[in-house]
Amino acid sequence: MTERIAAVSEALVALREASVTYPTGVAALDRTTLSVAPGEFISLIGPSGCGKSTLLRLAAGLLEPTTGSTVRADDTRLAFVFQSPTLMPWANVRRNVRLPLELGGVANADAKVTEALRTVGLAEFDRAYPRELSGGMQMRVSIARALVTEPRLLLMDEPFGALDEITRERLDDELLALWAQRHLTVLFVTHNIYEAVYLSTRVLVMSPRPGRITAELAIDEPYPRTDALRVTERFVKRCQHLSDLMAGNERGR
Amino acid sequence: MKRAQVFEWMAPIVVGCIVLVVWQALVDFFEVPSYLVPGPWLVAKTLVADRAVLLHSLGFTLAVAILALAASIVIGVVVAFVFVQSRALEMSLFPYVVLLQVTPIVAIAPLIIIWVNDPLPALVICATIVALFPMISNTTLGLKSVDTGLLDLFRLNGATRWQTLTRLRVPTALPYFFAGLKISTGLALIGAVVAEFVAGTGGTASGLAYQILQAGLQLNIPRLFAALVLITVTGVVLFLIASLLGWLALRRWHDSAVARS
Repeated sequence: MTERIAAVSEALVALREASVTYPTGVAALDRTTLSVAPGEFISLIGPSGCGKSTLLRLAAGLLEPTTGSTVRADDTRLAFVFQSPTLMPWANVRRNVRLPLELGGVANADAKVTEALRTVGLAEFDRAYPRELSGGMQMRVSIARALVTEPRLLLMDEPFGALDEITRERLDDELLALWAQRHLTVLFVTHNIYEAVYLSTRVLVMSPRPGRITAELAIDEPYPRTDALRVTERFVKRCQHLSDLMAGNERGR
Repeated sequence: MKRAQVFEWMAPIVVGCIVLVVWQALVDFFEVPSYLVPGPWLVAKTLVADRAVLLHSLGFTLAVAILALAASIVIGVVVAFVFVQSRALEMSLFPYVVLLQVTPIVAIAPLIIIWVNDPLPALVICATIVALFPMISNTTLGLKSVDTGLLDLFRLNGATRWQTLTRLRVPTALPYFFAGLKISTGLALIGAVVAEFVAGTGGTASGLAYQILQAGLQLNIPRLFAALVLITVTGVVLFLIASLLGWLALRRWHDSAVARS
């Protein structure tokens, strides 16, 4: 506990004993303490409805905790990537990506948008409308829109959950590359054990509602990680371990 | 054009022609007097012969309908904006908006015509009451149907209320607005005609409803039919214009307007 509090001071974002009860009476999150240090890639894993998204919304400041507190470093520029691409259907790709800059009144937006689109490999699609793109491409637009403000902290709520396996694994690799290149910090929600182990420096396991962090697993595999990692014994064992931890939560209900 | 498209265009035209031919044939065969049912040919001839008086009346009715439609759009959009800014206002006022919708215009039109001396504004007010409700209810629904994820995105990026309204709520509401506009164009025209009927022949102004009343009293049934045809055609044209505007605004992105490839 003392270590955690010490860590809070240098954290980009931290929750202290944060609980959330919605006005409907649903307790979504129960006394959760978490601190996200610069450079971490943290995955939150747990069954659906366990409060993962609630935790992410707390971290983003979209929600205030009912009890406990949220602390964000002053200079934490953050971006949120939603479960679905969440694009404006009436605006083309370029205008969608430019939106955060326009709302913030940022100068020189066009160059930044072009750069963000190039980063996600969609430079030629800047005039396309969302409906003309595949699900994977729409998600890339969503990521470009998050990157365009040059955030330090990226909050991602099951961003690739609706995509097919191959597209998801490719986007996972691209995300890791971005994380390394841009020295990002990522808080990533998923229900996919393999994805969590493959991506993260640290995996947090959450219990069913009301959600709490019940276990924590450091993944001390070196980066860059490649597909070869997925078939190693250590990888499979870690996934098995996580799976056991989650099953333990289910039994404990 | 593909064959299916040609069929889509031609089928209603062919049906219309058949109806007109059968109508004319029946009238000729049974020698129906024109003061009971005039044949389509006679109606067409009347339309041409009486064009001066009929077109003048059409101009008046059209002016009432378009002014009422414009008023409905402006009032409807403003009221919808107010409703989405304040839930309390919406809850206190929406029941009275419904009142507008359920009040029979024939019952209150005489009052309005008495209260407002000038016939043109009186008729415009009546037609506006008829046409207003779909604009308010559709636009309000549209402004509220915002993607909650996008709303979060706007909040996270520090959007002002104004930015959220103009960049998020208004574009979201466009399909709903145009659906309302298609209904209101027809209602504005109906409102204009009904109000003029109630105003009766006493009105100094002379719209198409006045022509219908006069023609009925004088047993000039071909002219009555000609005026009816003009009203119908006008209604269809107004509807097509509203549809075209909606299509122009939505064709790039909304499912209702994008052709499936």
